[in-house]
Amino acid sequence: MRYSGFRVIKEALTGHKGWKPTWRDAEPQPEYDIIIIGGGGHGLATAYYLAKQFGQKRIAVVEKGWIGGGNVGRNTTIIRSNYMLDGNEPFYEFSLKLWEGLEQDFNYNAMVSQRGILNLIHSDPQRDAFVRRGNAMILNGADAEYLSREQLQEELPFLNYDNARFPIKGGLAQRRGGTVRHDAVAWGYARGADQHGVDIIQNCEVKGIRQKNGKAIGVETSRGFIGAKKIGCAVAGNSSRIMGMVNRKLPIESHVLQAFVSEGLKPVLPGVITFGAGHFYVSQSDKGGLVFGGDIDGYNSYAQRGNLPVVEDVCEGGMAIMPMIGRARVLRMWGGVMDMSMDGSPIIDKTDIEGLYFNGGWCYGGFKATPASGWCFAHLLAKDEPHETATAYRFDRFHKGLMIDEKGMGAQPNLH
Amino acid sequence: MIINHPLLGPRDSQEFTYLGDMSLINRPDWEADDAVDQFHEYLYLRDNPAGEHKELWFHEQGDRSWLVVTRNTLTHDITKVEIAKDIARQMGRSK
Amino acid sequence: MTQNNRLEGGLIDRSKTLRFTFDGKTYQGHQGDTIASALLANDVRLMGRSFKYHRPRGPLTAGSEEPNALVELREGNRQEPNTRATTAELFDGLSAKSQNRWPSLSFDAMGVNDLLSPFFAAGFYYKTFMWPKAFWEKLYEPIIRRAAGLGSLSMEADPDVYDKGFLHCDLLIIGAGPAGLSAALTAGRAGARVILAEEDFLLGGRLNAETFEIAGMAGHAWAAQTQAELASMDNVRIMTRTAILGAFDHGIYGALERVSDHLAVPAAGKPRQTLWRIYAKRTMLCAGAVERPIAFKNNDRPGIMLSGALRTYANRYAAAAGQTVALFTNNDDGLRSAADLAAKGVDVVAVIDTRADGPSVQAGAHFKGAQVVDAGGKLGLNTITIKLANGQTTRINCTALGVSGGWNPNVHLTSHQRSTPKWDEKIAAFVPESTPAEMSVAGAANGDMSTHAALANGAKQAVTALKDIGIKATAGRTPKAEDEPINVSPFWYVEHKGRAWVDQQNDVTVKDIKLSHQEGFRSVEHLKRYTTLGMATDQGKTANVPGLAIMAEMTGKSIPDTGTTMFRPPYAPTSFGAFAGRHRDEDFRPIRKTPSHKWAEEHDAVFVETGMWLRAQWFPKPGETHWRESVDREVLATRKSVGICDVTTLGKIDVQGTDAATFLNRVYCNAFAKLAVGKTRYGLMLREDGIAMDDGTTARLSENQFVMTTTTANAVPVFRHLEFCRQCAWPDLDVQLISTTEAWAQYAVAGPNSRKLLQKIVDKDFDISNEEFPFMGCGEITVCGGLRARLFRISFSGELAFEIAVPTRYGDSMMRALMEAGEEFDVVPYGTEALGVMRIEKGHAAGNELNGTTTALNLGMGRMVSKKKDSIGSTLSEREGLNQADALNLVGFKPVNSDETFSAGSHFINSDAQANAANDQGYMTSVCYSPNLGHTIGLGYLKDGANRMGETTRAVNPLMGEETEVEIVSAHFIDPEGERLRA
Repeated sequence: MRYSGFRVIKEALTGHKGWKPTWRDAEPQPEYDIIIIGGGGHGLATAYYLAKQFGQKRIAVVEKGWIGGGNVGRNTTIIRSNYMLDGNEPFYEFSLKLWEGLEQDFNYNAMVSQRGILNLIHSDPQRDAFVRRGNAMILNGADAEYLSREQLQEELPFLNYDNARFPIKGGLAQRRGGTVRHDAVAWGYARGADQHGVDIIQNCEVKGIRQKNGKAIGVETSRGFIGAKKIGCAVAGNSSRIMGMVNRKLPIESHVLQAFVSEGLKPVLPGVITFGAGHFYVSQSDKGGLVFGGDIDGYNSYAQRGNLPVVEDVCEGGMAIMPMIGRARVLRMWGGVMDMSMDGSPIIDKTDIEGLYFNGGWCYGGFKATPASGWCFAHLLAKDEPHETATAYRFDRFHKGLMIDEKGMGAQPNLH
Repeated sequence: MIINHPLLGPRDSQEFTYLGDMSLINRPDWEADDAVDQFHEYLYLRDNPAGEHKELWFHEQGDRSWLVVTRNTLTHDITKVEIAKDIARQMGRSK
Repeated sequence: MTQNNRLEGGLIDRSKTLRFTFDGKTYQGHQGDTIASALLANDVRLMGRSFKYHRPRGPLTAGSEEPNALVELREGNRQEPNTRATTAELFDGLSAKSQNRWPSLSFDAMGVNDLLSPFFAAGFYYKTFMWPKAFWEKLYEPIIRRAAGLGSLSMEADPDVYDKGFLHCDLLIIGAGPAGLSAALTAGRAGARVILAEEDFLLGGRLNAETFEIAGMAGHAWAAQTQAELASMDNVRIMTRTAILGAFDHGIYGALERVSDHLAVPAAGKPRQTLWRIYAKRTMLCAGAVERPIAFKNNDRPGIMLSGALRTYANRYAAAAGQTVALFTNNDDGLRSAADLAAKGVDVVAVIDTRADGPSVQAGAHFKGAQVVDAGGKLGLNTITIKLANGQTTRINCTALGVSGGWNPNVHLTSHQRSTPKWDEKIAAFVPESTPAEMSVAGAANGDMSTHAALANGAKQAVTALKDIGIKATAGRTPKAEDEPINVSPFWYVEHKGRAWVDQQNDVTVKDIKLSHQEGFRSVEHLKRYTTLGMATDQGKTANVPGLAIMAEMTGKSIPDTGTTMFRPPYAPTSFGAFAGRHRDEDFRPIRKTPSHKWAEEHDAVFVETGMWLRAQWFPKPGETHWRESVDREVLATRKSVGICDVTTLGKIDVQGTDAATFLNRVYCNAFAKLAVGKTRYGLMLREDGIAMDDGTTARLSENQFVMTTTTANAVPVFRHLEFCRQCAWPDLDVQLISTTEAWAQYAVAGPNSRKLLQKIVDKDFDISNEEFPFMGCGEITVCGGLRARLFRISFSGELAFEIAVPTRYGDSMMRALMEAGEEFDVVPYGTEALGVMRIEKGHAAGNELNGTTTALNLGMGRMVSKKKDSIGSTLSEREGLNQADALNLVGFKPVNSDETFSAGSHFINSDAQANAANDQGYMTSVCYSPNLGHTIGLGYLKDGANRMGETTRAVNPLMGEETEVEIVSAHFIDPEGERLRA
């Protein structure tokens, strides 16, 4: 079924009787060519592109709960490609380009909204670093714009210019950045994958990975064994749990990141704003809620909930740059579990076990990467070689000393 | 969270700075033939368990002790707090 | 017409009449009213509009679970959007406006959405607005965004103050209804430290809303008597207007006290709100229950509210929602309103009970086995249509309808740590299954729906909770109280054509839930996300369970098999201001001032934020109009004669012990074991991954005592790292560390006359001549006639230079003494800018170069990494990726045409190459104008830069629209042989 305005009108006039399930709730088959573990954004996107772009057949996505219930359903919805390093920027720019054509591609309105992202600058060294980053973006074909304090005062008069502990000295903007309705991304990919024949198997928890002669041949699940020629693991947040089933340690720790939404407010923020002297980033959803976040809680956790100190820290950051939100209310806070990698960058690579492929380590930047992650992982699964924008995302980069460390924090996951 | 410091009693975890897995105490031998491999595994690879985790916290706003905290990463329950220096010695570290 | 719907009795203070305005119209109410109760008393039912369809709405509840009656409270910079009229206390002069309507509440142009509702079914927006592509952002989304949101912000900074506080207790009791009060009495009498937190401004909970008696007196009177006893106990802290927001790990609770929200403006010196962090050994959740509605066609008309809310308005606030009232219920509790309202003189025209066998009550008409199938009256209820047991329908005129679908225990806080509640068939509701370890639940929150059970269990659970922590308490005799079952017979929605609302604020109807099911969004998480059920400001407190029940019916599964409700903090929406407290504006973070700060202020310094520190950036002289004039002057004067800079902010760590030298030898990548006493050495510290972490100088003051300096930014992380090395890596090394950053004020005295200047203040016993105190010398000396000091002959500027440290309390005097001694040499103070210029001229790396990705090799110090010893980072620094043939090298740059400039952050592109990422050769890290050379200079990382001296390349900066041809030169622009600093 194709979605369109005409279809919506027709259904409205006939009592919405014609709408079909957005995706089939498939039963597992005994064997597939490719199984993707994880029905989150990345797993569903991988399946979608495997089927649509790389001509693969007999694909299943197995999900322990309901699709889209992990980080794709609990993030701050930001898309951007404002990275600095060679290993990252081409990949994220590829992702942003995919976002720009996504809705027409999968015929689902995920509300890709390029209202811009702004990183505020509060010191000279920070400006130097952002200029370097902005230039790296432009050299990679992305857009970047430097805004002076005066330009910012014109564009965002409500920011705190006068009484700030760390005055705003400028900003780096990416106008093509913005937000996307996060749940719709999972649903859109699920629907698109389903239409290309992918089986989406919910409530099917992977309990083990069966190997034969050193090769992965299928997954043991809560709904029995399912055979596969290739298995792709896309369960960021829980990567160590799946890879632990084959006794592999990862350069990853699981940490909790909290996110927040305020009560609905009449529009005040045009795009995404990021504080440069504290941990706070914010945008306003199409429903009017301020969607915001800050730093991770900072300790290993799988608990999907955080603690009060970070809540306070984040709101302090908010009040520091926009004291007009003082009387707006925080409505809800929640936690997502992040694969925090050792250099802050992801991994899309084969494992040392034949037939087992890995996608993870997204830290708290996984949402914006969803389309490119899916595309590149599908590329790897289909062709057994990395996509040209993802060549740096290898396991062995740590052994070789080829870290992709945007923040320069070294092998300490909670600082990335 | 509250960390029950062995010397100072219960303290808000906000007084502490987190490092990570206790295995970081076990710094490899630089003279081993496979020293780079060992240091790679030591520094970069983690068990990252969903469950009991022994981990290093530094009492930065307090007495500057490094502690080994046994904490469940699914529930955040803390079952044991020890002085890291003692643990390091038990693990055979010395000079 | 004033207060036509005001009844007799109630807990309002009629002696205090308060005037207020709603949408510009003036009304009167009394002390003890909320905005909603006062408006109802004035026969105003219409208080808001819904989010999507802009349906006219009145209050559904009388509490914080309210979805409809949200207003913008106050004006100007105190304007407060989305304030629940049902909990906002009335004060004299209050002004409130309705929200989300234009031009007025009674005529809202966006009400057209309601007519178009067939097109706006759940999730419709995912299926359209995609063509043409550009239209989403240019047309559709702007329209949607204009309609978005509810209330509006003033866009002015919040003028009020918010505080934070910390409290500790044995037992935190959440909610002061019968269970909470009973628990507090039990615990208070046992001497336990008790905090009793109540969201409302009155203690008593439902006792204030019901006509129940306890121990022969009115329930609210018993509550008041209990309050008085509790107030007399020093060990009990009663916190009214205090909502517990969240249950965090290990018994830590967040609480919001609304200190001044019931006043026009906070009293002088008082905060608007206080965020408390409560550390509780045990907690009892006594948060009661909230009633839930039944969905039927047009069940959102103003005047339709929960049955219990009708009673609250009548009994507590002496306000009638209407003069002719009907009731619609599936349980006995819903029937209670009939007698209560009749007793107040309200005409109860009909009672509709879904149960055929429900008990009989006095009312105009009593229909059993019947349902309300429609309601009329766009801006206010005037009629309901009833489907009788025999299938016939009848219409009845009424202006208020009380609905009861049963009660949901307030399990909110039990699920903050992600435990899920269980379904209790007896009351057809979720009750707590597991709780955080320190929490127990009593009263209606635990499903104990009668007053007697609440009183009894409150006391009993308090005894158990205290026993756990070694406090003996005894439950007294439970006073006589109401003890009736509510006999609920689950009934969720009326099957009928038309829209029946489940989530009123977000306009989620039964049809939307059916559509969600039809399209495969059947799990509770999908249902919520697809329809927005429960996502409104009330977090679905009245909507979630009915929504879930309807989905359960669709799927044919039981309610618990369909899903559970999971609540997240905060329990009640909480202002940003409260979470931020006083950490805003200039107080966002603490300020650290250097010892010479006062002196610098006196000399017109311009300050700059350096982490927490404020440092003098430059010292403008009269007549200087541009910062460059000041900085150039400071640089030239220093290089010509002498300048002074406060460098106290550098981290200082005292390292002592018989193994101190061994220790330093392991934490620095270069050799330190054999540093002579009285000597200082530059040290490069690596992280374990072989990347440069920090650098600085370390001086050996005696055999077993060293003083290390770190960069300002890394003072804390380096100290932490050293403690890790000391305690965890090498626990038996005899070495002790202490940070002395704050203990010593330190000044750089730089320039050819620096020695002469210092000789004037250094006591005569100490010879600081070049022979006795050469470059990199250090020593403990006295100055100014006996003041102990430390002197280091180190140079960041490249000049003959010293750093002198004195105990911090003498820092200000030392600055003055140095300036006075230097007068004859035309000494200048210099700030961080001049410091930066001179270090770039000298080619010293600083923060911009030590950016966490650079190695010793990149810094041109590759050979410093000793291979003969174990040191942190030495092994992994050998990895191939860190030792590539064309690795980045730190080199200098100057413009080919010396009139041209360039900026830090530029990238290098070879002269003949296209400016793109493939041709990227590196980046410029630090740039300044060199007043000594008369042109711009820079430091930067360039591929294979060390072997490219003399070549030209381009510094491209498309971000700023700059491109400059630059020559690759040595990073040491000034005195490359180092003659000056050895002079």
